[in-house]
Amino acid sequence: MEVMHMADLLIDIVDVHKRYKVEKGPSVNALNGVSLSIKRNEFVCVVGPSGCGKTTLLNIIAGLESYDSGSVTMHGQPIIGPGPERGVIFQQYALFPWMTVEKNIEYGLKFIRKRDADGNEVRFTAEEKRELAHHYIKMVNLSGFENSYPKALSGGMKQRVAIARAYALNPEVLLMDEPFGALDAQTRAQLQEDLLRTWEKEKKTVFFITHDVDEAVLLASKVVIMSARPGQIKEIVDIDLPYPRTQATKMDETFMRYKNYIWDTVYKMYLEIPK
Amino acid sequence: MDATTPLSPKKRARKLKDFSDGSKRMRYTLMTISIIGGFLLWYFITLIPTINTFLASPKQVLRALVSESAADGRYLKDITISLQRVLIGFGLAFVCSIPIAFLMGWYPKVRNLVEPWIQFMRTIPPIALIPLVILAMGLGEPPKYTIIFVAAFLVMVVTIYQGVKEVDKTLIRAAYTFGASDKDLFVDIVIPASFPYILVGARLGMAASLTTLIAAELTGTTFGLGARIQGAQQFMDTSIVLLGIITIGVIGFVLDKILLFVEKKLTGWK
Ligand SMILES: Nc1ncnc2c1ncn2[C@@H]1O[C@H](COP(=O)(O)OP(=O)(O)OP(=O)(O)O)[C@@H](O)[C@H]1O
Ligand SMILES: [Mg+2]
Repeated sequence: MEVMHMADLLIDIVDVHKRYKVEKGPSVNALNGVSLSIKRNEFVCVVGPSGCGKTTLLNIIAGLESYDSGSVTMHGQPIIGPGPERGVIFQQYALFPWMTVEKNIEYGLKFIRKRDADGNEVRFTAEEKRELAHHYIKMVNLSGFENSYPKALSGGMKQRVAIARAYALNPEVLLMDEPFGALDAQTRAQLQEDLLRTWEKEKKTVFFITHDVDEAVLLASKVVIMSARPGQIKEIVDIDLPYPRTQATKMDETFMRYKNYIWDTVYKMYLEIPK
Repeated sequence: MDATTPLSPKKRARKLKDFSDGSKRMRYTLMTISIIGGFLLWYFITLIPTINTFLASPKQVLRALVSESAADGRYLKDITISLQRVLIGFGLAFVCSIPIAFLMGWYPKVRNLVEPWIQFMRTIPPIALIPLVILAMGLGEPPKYTIIFVAAFLVMVVTIYQGVKEVDKTLIRAAYTFGASDKDLFVDIVIPASFPYILVGARLGMAASLTTLIAAELTGTTFGLGARIQGAQQFMDTSIVLLGIITIGVIGFVLDKILLFVEKKLTGWK
């Protein structure tokens, strides 16, 4: 691994253990000594067999889940709860069904303070919130749907609203849990490209869980392979493919090599799981 | 089959079972037919003399309606007083059930303290409480409100509480990630997410109020639709009995339609 400058280090996970207590039966050892450093602007994809603790790890970074031992820090400060600097995009979209697209995107802005000209912390005005919402609605190509309710949107559109909603808060880190898992191949390809474009432009840090090795190699600068029972990091593969990447990158020979290697590793682990 | 002959429209595609309500026109036509048909059936049955002794004909009921609503009749007063009892009992139950249901849904301690009593009370028909309520409150209006209140309250508190408990946990997590406090979460997420259940609870509570009305008026009152039905039974005046029953049905129907309208307005996002 290359020498890492401390200034680049954004999130540091050190030897984290997590057990779920189950009312009946033995507790589940979800994470067993996981250590992972995430640098600023990195695009980290996590793959691994079902139940290996990917969601648990994401929730811990999001501050939505506690852990038993180890440490999780961002900018050197321990993560003790959720915060708007870490935007989460859930697999089930988690849009508020009673709010229109616009209101969904505006909602999180209510909790954000910005600095005005005099350096005072102020809230966004209703007008500013609306403008921001419209900006991000345009970014995800949903202009014209500002006043639609989520029920009237397709799965892909809902996921785009969820992405816009996370982006509107301008988080440093995006935490995405299989965000495209439920979408058809074309919508998924489109959203992958959109995500790549915005990431290349806005240089956010992304932590992205997926089951799809293709997707992981296409997006990631670093693929984390986890193994199950107990959940551990098996291997970290740096993806040495230049950005900007497109769907055409999948034709690249290097891409294929990464993909085959990761796929083999994951599949071998899958075969080892006692069934 | 000859591939070149176009299939007739009927053969082209299998029509799948339609689970929608159908077109508006079809709906209203069938509803009208059903209502007229029902009245005709009722009319023909009452032509049989033996049946007519205990079942008044539509014509007799209509005559009762006219005489009851005449200037010296008591119809309007019965309706007003019954409606007042239903609305006061229901209204109190509505106002009380919402905070209690939310407290139960939000605080496990409140839930554990209150739930056994609610589950226990739910199995008791409110009518069984009448003797106690009358002994405690006498024969005025309060005992009627109380009986209706109990019936509506139990139904509503259980329904709304279920709704609060079943608020989608991912929505709660999503709000937390934005930095929402517990108070924000309650006001912005839990309340609107439970709205559909509040309205379903209100409709069930309204139905319970009307069903209990008759029981509440069984004793100690001269006015009210329930009391009127009771009184008419002693004089074997089945036209008044039927008039009372139909009136209660119509009131229930109208009140339910109003709540349904409110529900559509407030939860159009669903
Ligand atoms: N709330 C919970 N209570 C008890 N056990 C849990 C809980 N959440 C997760 N687990 C267990 O912890 C382990 C890791 O779960 P997690 O959801 O993190 O896996 P995952 O890698 O995200 O799986 P998938 O790919 O299927 O989404 C699993 O064995 C799961 O059964
Ligand atoms: Mg998961």
